[in-house]
Amino acid sequence: MNKTLLTTTCLAVLGLTQAASADTLRLLTWGGYAPDEVVEMFEEQTGHTVEVTKSNNEEMIAKLRATGGGGFDLAQPSQDRVMGPQMEFGIYKPIDMSKIDESLFIPSMLKATMANTTVNGDVYGVPHVWGTSGLVINTAEAGGVVKDYTDLCDPALAGKVSYRLKRPTLIGFAFAMGEDPFAAYGDEARYKEIMEKVEAKLTECKANVKTYWSGGDELMNLVRSGEVTASMAWDTGGWKLNEDNADITFVAPASGALGWIDTFVLPSKGQSDEAAYAWINFVMQPEIAAKITSVAGNFTASAGADEFAEDALKAKYQASFPQEAVDNIKWYPPVPAGLETIEGGVLDRVQAAN
Amino acid sequence: MTPDLECVDLVRRFGETTAVDNVSFSVPPGSFFSILGPSGCGKTTIMRMIAGFLDPTSGDIRIKGETVLDTPPNKRPVNMVFQHLALFPMMTIAENIGYGLRRQGMARDRIARKVDEALDRIGLPGIGARKVDELSGGQKQRVAIARCMVLEPDVLLLDEPLGALDLKLREHMKIELKALQATFDTTFVYITHDQSEALVMSDQIAVMNAGRFEQIGTGQDLYYRPDTPFVAGFIGEANRWKGRIDRVEGQVLEIRTDTGLAVRATGSGTLSRGDTAEIFVRPEAIHLAASAEALAHFDNRMKGTVTSTLFNGAASRVLVDNDVGETLEVTLPQTGEFANLERGDTVHVGWGAAQATCFAGAV
Amino acid sequence: MRSHARIGFVLLLTPLVLWLGLLIVIPHIDMLLISLRERISFGVYETSLTQYDKALTEPLYLRTFWRTAVMSVLATAITLLIAFPVAYYIAKMARGRLQQVLFMLCLIPFYVSELVRTFGWMILLRETGLISSLLQWVGLADQPVEMLYNDAAMMVGLVYTSMLFMVVPLVTTLESLDDSVVEAGYDLGGNGLSVLREIIIPHAMPGIVSGCIVVFMLSLGNYLTPTMLGGKDSLWFTEMIYNQFIVRSNWELGAAFGFMLLVLSSVIVWGVLRLTGRTLQETMG
Repeated sequence: MNKTLLTTTCLAVLGLTQAASADTLRLLTWGGYAPDEVVEMFEEQTGHTVEVTKSNNEEMIAKLRATGGGGFDLAQPSQDRVMGPQMEFGIYKPIDMSKIDESLFIPSMLKATMANTTVNGDVYGVPHVWGTSGLVINTAEAGGVVKDYTDLCDPALAGKVSYRLKRPTLIGFAFAMGEDPFAAYGDEARYKEIMEKVEAKLTECKANVKTYWSGGDELMNLVRSGEVTASMAWDTGGWKLNEDNADITFVAPASGALGWIDTFVLPSKGQSDEAAYAWINFVMQPEIAAKITSVAGNFTASAGADEFAEDALKAKYQASFPQEAVDNIKWYPPVPAGLETIEGGVLDRVQAAN
Repeated sequence: MTPDLECVDLVRRFGETTAVDNVSFSVPPGSFFSILGPSGCGKTTIMRMIAGFLDPTSGDIRIKGETVLDTPPNKRPVNMVFQHLALFPMMTIAENIGYGLRRQGMARDRIARKVDEALDRIGLPGIGARKVDELSGGQKQRVAIARCMVLEPDVLLLDEPLGALDLKLREHMKIELKALQATFDTTFVYITHDQSEALVMSDQIAVMNAGRFEQIGTGQDLYYRPDTPFVAGFIGEANRWKGRIDRVEGQVLEIRTDTGLAVRATGSGTLSRGDTAEIFVRPEAIHLAASAEALAHFDNRMKGTVTSTLFNGAASRVLVDNDVGETLEVTLPQTGEFANLERGDTVHVGWGAAQATCFAGAV
Repeated sequence: MRSHARIGFVLLLTPLVLWLGLLIVIPHIDMLLISLRERISFGVYETSLTQYDKALTEPLYLRTFWRTAVMSVLATAITLLIAFPVAYYIAKMARGRLQQVLFMLCLIPFYVSELVRTFGWMILLRETGLISSLLQWVGLADQPVEMLYNDAAMMVGLVYTSMLFMVVPLVTTLESLDDSVVEAGYDLGGNGLSVLREIIIPHAMPGIVSGCIVVFMLSLGNYLTPTMLGGKDSLWFTEMIYNQFIVRSNWELGAAFGFMLLVLSSVIVWGVLRLTGRTLQETMG
């Protein structure tokens, strides 16, 4: 972090003297999506400087909302968080697809993302990194028990289980309980019904939970120390823990892992669109995308980057995702307005339940 | 009669230093007893041992004949007026005075009555509801005493309570304290470094220096018949000489001072020829005259030059330089005879051997 | 001369006015306005009291609100009980170097960030943590003991975080208590308890009140400690505000919560001042 800051500052000073056309790219992204090495290469090639701010979905949107879409030139919310906030707050600006090299993207993913982020005919997002969330399990202790999200409530694991108290948990439990919440996105009453079922389950399950984790590092510590043997988590977290302890790994739940795609969006008051487009086209190059994959642990939407990815990571991916599991991934559709209020109420009540 | 307070061979050490060194004294009932000494002499240590805040290293403290060494401060029949009075600022005057009575578990209406009585006795009726910081220095003083006196202690300790007052008020409070002591008819033990406070109020004064009592006596004893050079120097003003004894004629000694003068003085019988000695002569014992003849009957006479007159009303002084260059302080008689004395005038001074006190000097 | 003085006055006043205006008054007015809005549809808002109605009728919000208030009062009381003897020792019994060293010891934990301090407690209290291992090693427990993720752990964290802010005002007021006043209390027949009750505590009252106000506000507004140490049942009002603002993007309700918290803390501070018969001026000045 400090190193990034230092190099960016140094380069910023150099850059000012070098190229008059050079811009500062203020990037609002996730940890690992803009590794120092990649930033340095980009700055060297283009003369732009990059300021990286690490964040998460909720905070990204809150930050952009607070400034009315200012303060950053490029942001990376998940694809299901583009359409709603845009309609509600107008914090993004349309992407000029002519400035993006579409050949760098996996076509199906690009198409799906564009479709999910189109408001009034304008495209607001292009895909970057994708991954799934599912279960991270210590197979030696909980391997036989946990096959799906609802198995986290098995009394055999009392006090050894953790998950987040956030919407992915609600969605995951809904699927595991045989519902299809995504299909009910358009039907608020039906969705409410599903969520009520999930709420009952989660309330009942609460006694089994050691704690609701809120940060990735917190979860990693819990699992690594053995205090938690089964948890809802991201795939990369499971693979990372696997390096320390071969028993721990990521498992795609029987009802399907939840797939997410983090996108590139342009904040409505961004000032260096040129630099933003340059960054997008730069990081989507297969070699660069592979570097990001090796740091972030997740695969990108860059076509052909697989060739450059590390074999170890590919092996872990294949172990966690047999073909039928890949087919079974549930990709998040855009969240319609109003659902989050229902979910919020459920989450609050679960937290307050005794 | 059993003394109200008696200290026997009292010793208190702090590490290597001995703050109180083998002090014994007794205070008869109803008397005003002062301990007078420079700061750091150990007088506060004695007071704190009597009050119970410090334990003596050895020795005994008896009140009305009973030892109180095993009695904690809150059970001792002794109360203390602190240097800065230590009134409780969070309470009203009435609550301050009633504090000790409340601790004794006295009924509320009785406390109120006693507090009113005490306020009457200190001449401040009706101020019970006021706050401490609304009172003047002198009023606080009286309240502090009343706060102790309602408990009817056998002995009241006062730790330089006048120190914080201005001069005028201090003079006034000296008289008032003495009157209060008479009103309450309680034994007061008063410590101070101000000799005038001690001399004016006390029945008995103990002069203390470096942990020891130099002399115990009435004010007159200390002033006119000091036992030690310290007392002679500490109480009142004095002209001093150091020298060696030339001749002994009964009580009268003739001393050759270090500056070469021959001085006749009175000393105790233990001194003999050849001993070093120290002579003290009070300024008011020295007579001033225009001619040598007028002083013919004095044992000691000398001529000098006025270098300065120090006007201070009745206590005015003249500084006179003698032939060997020493400066003598002489009281200026208020008879008008020397009203026009000026710097440079030649005068004659003289004093009797009886007024010059001689002690064995430090070698 | 006069105009000079006036310029000086204006120059001195400007930072204060800017600070109060830009950082406190304007944001609060904005928050108030937001809390009085109701979302009708995309980008359309109406003025209404719906948010407050929601906040005051939903049992969950109310429960969290009162829980936070009660727990903060409790944390303040515990902090006072622990800090008072500590402060008394530092102010009245310790001398010279020891006094300084003890004071520094109270201060040192604040050299690191609150996050690090909270992590420190997590390392100590967790199931595989120091205390649990120690208990097993000594033989007092035969299996790992989980001490984290409950109200007690949260209380420990809150008290620890607040300690300094109670000790400092207490030490300051207790130092100003003349030793002879305490001695006079004993001399006139008081025992330890009555001297404490009638003399030391009344004297330390300004310090107690200002320390309690600061600690109460800190506890009420704490976010990190309750979420990290409190575990699955911990529900702190600040967490709900964060959730509404950041996670739910529901600024309207979040702002209403924020104002409820502001009113709550103001009412409790006012109540404490009334109860102890003090004014804010005396306590803070």
